[in-house]
Amino acid sequence: MKNWSLHIICLAAFILTTSCSDEESQLNQGYEPTPLALDIPPLFEQNIIPPVIPSNNPQTVEGVALGKKLFYDPILSGDQTQACASCHAPQNAFTDNTALSDGIDGNFGTRNSMPLFNLAWNYNERFAWDGKELSLERQALEPVQNPVEMHSNWDDVIDRLSTDTEYPELFRKAFNTTTITKELAAKALAQFERTLISSNSKFDNYLLGQATLTPEELNGLDVFMQESRGDCFHCHGNPNNPLWTDNIFHNNGLDATFTDLGLGGVTGDPSDNGKFKSPSIRNLAYTAPYMHDGRFATLEEVINHYSEGLQNSSTIDPLMKKVDEGGVQLSNQDKADLKAFLLTLSDPSFLTNPDFTN
Amino acid sequence: MKKMIALLIVLSISFVSCGEDNDDNIKASAKTTFNFSHDWDGTAISTLDFENTAYTNANGEAVTMTRLRYIISDVTFTKANGDNIVIDGYKLVDVTNGDLTYNPDIEIPTGVYTNVSFTYGLKHEKNIDGAYTDLNSASFNVPLAALGGGYHYMQFDGKYSNTTVTDAPFNYHNIRAVNPGMPPVFPNQETFINVDLGPAAISNNTTFEIKMNVAEWFKTPNTWDLNTLNQVLMPNANAQKLMNENGQNVFSLGSIN
Ligand code: HEC
Ligand code: HEC
Repeated sequence: MKNWSLHIICLAAFILTTSCSDEESQLNQGYEPTPLALDIPPLFEQNIIPPVIPSNNPQTVEGVALGKKLFYDPILSGDQTQACASCHAPQNAFTDNTALSDGIDGNFGTRNSMPLFNLAWNYNERFAWDGKELSLERQALEPVQNPVEMHSNWDDVIDRLSTDTEYPELFRKAFNTTTITKELAAKALAQFERTLISSNSKFDNYLLGQATLTPEELNGLDVFMQESRGDCFHCHGNPNNPLWTDNIFHNNGLDATFTDLGLGGVTGDPSDNGKFKSPSIRNLAYTAPYMHDGRFATLEEVINHYSEGLQNSSTIDPLMKKVDEGGVQLSNQDKADLKAFLLTLSDPSFLTNPDFTN
Repeated sequence: MKKMIALLIVLSISFVSCGEDNDDNIKASAKTTFNFSHDWDGTAISTLDFENTAYTNANGEAVTMTRLRYIISDVTFTKANGDNIVIDGYKLVDVTNGDLTYNPDIEIPTGVYTNVSFTYGLKHEKNIDGAYTDLNSASFNVPLAALGGGYHYMQFDGKYSNTTVTDAPFNYHNIRAVNPGMPPVFPNQETFINVDLGPAAISNNTTFEIKMNVAEWFKTPNTWDLNTLNQVLMPNANAQKLMNENGQNVFSLGSIN
């Protein structure tokens, strides 16, 4: 009799434990993927608060490796011709060089692709130009099914990944399961994206005492930092904020009327119309054309916009100066120097880092 | 089953300990919370009012707010014998985004205090360039090279209209007064503000409501003329002095609970 009750208890315990785990997909009880700390640059460590890494998606060696493979693999797109990297290419600091991005069917979207770096420090976790994507994990689901991007659907992609010769094993290593889901694919992509850290520009080295700036670059920095000159720092940061963006949404005076509502299209609040996320001014040497619709081909055009080209509208940010005169009215010398300073924030080593390239 | 009982015990203990605030025990120390509320001459301001509601300032302009955030620091409890207990820390109050509560980590001894006060802004010795990672992350810095570095005390951006202009921008940015240059020169005056809230008896965890009447920034003693003082006020030491004078009356104690 005693034995019976013991058996029942054992059985019950067994049922309890198994029903909590992921059925038969839990292959290897003892296995854990290898934790991988983010390689946080000293200037980030010293100056800003730690990056956002969701507790349900810790960085691992195997997860990042899987994410990287997925990022470069056209298997995610409808006709298997386009990868994330098609619009987010390492040689362009993970954006592309066209104003609007070309999807697999040759249809162009309405927005300029965005460079991908230092994404783990976007503390509000609002991604895309208009903030519509609420985390990197959720963002990664979107391009695959976007009709003007990879124009696929996740069911097909999961089928392809599941029957592939390599992916099931890579998913097992990364997440200890061979049941491939879009959520796991997105987690892996997000892990890879969080490793894309750029902090090795001339300006970083200047701050670390390992490079010197020319008088022109120093004057450009002053134009950027002085409220009475360019006043760029209120939105694009300062030497104590190595992100060089506030990751907040502003209308920087591009248009008097809006064809793309930006943040307003997401919140439904008309006072958000025409607001877009301030981009980081790192790596501008590689990320032309500029702005959410890629309207400016060169940095000269960008600077002319802030100097003379502002368009007034009801939602223009009050940090825009001298709107009635078109902008901050920089001299030709100041414009050239501002450009020279901006370019000191470009990091060539980021483009060729073997951890990031295919 | 043993585990179950242990769990129940743990649970009941934690329930009991949660109820501690309400029992009759005299506490030796208590937590303090500071809630900041904002109004325009008595009309409450909420996040929804930003970029929506127009207020009339003392000079007669219609003002809408786009962004309002400011620092308070060094909350201080003064005893009858003059001793001070200073909560060494600061809070960036972000009115635009409804981040209005300061919960200092440390507890203060219970008892009767003759005054509770705080610093609006940062005292000079605390206003250290780049020292605070959360404020750097919020891009609240003041440029180092020409304006002396440190942090904004307040960033108040908005637009104003009157008979001659419509929705003209203003940046009422309050910092340590400075005469810009290389190197910048700091005039002798302070532009942070010591705010006295008056006496308080603290016997238990206590919440202070602190009110800011935003209209006061434009009102007393200097009727603020946005037509002349609208943008680029950071390098304007005289404007900083006027802000400091007007700031003396913006804060008041709401309630103590
Ligand atoms: C057809 C081109 C294209 C492809 C393919 C593409 N993207 Fe993008 N990506 C864009 C565009 C355009 C935006 C801006 C979207 C917007 O604002 O609406 C963007 C934005 C992003 C962002 C937001 C960055 C930020 O700072 O807010 C991330 C992250 C991103 N893409 C990752 C990916 C990943 C991962 C893939 C592959 C699964 C991918 N993208 C495939 C064009 C593309
Ligand atoms: C009020 C905030 C604000 C200020 C001040 C500001 N910017 Fe911007 N900046 C933005 C926003 C928002 C965008 C993106 C706008 C869009 O695409 O619709 C942007 C875009 C840019 C870009 C394009 C980057 C890219 O990757 O496309 C550059 C370069 C730039 N700004 C430089 C500057 C400079 C230089 C100044 C000072 C003269 C300045 N900004 C002042 C908010 C600001």
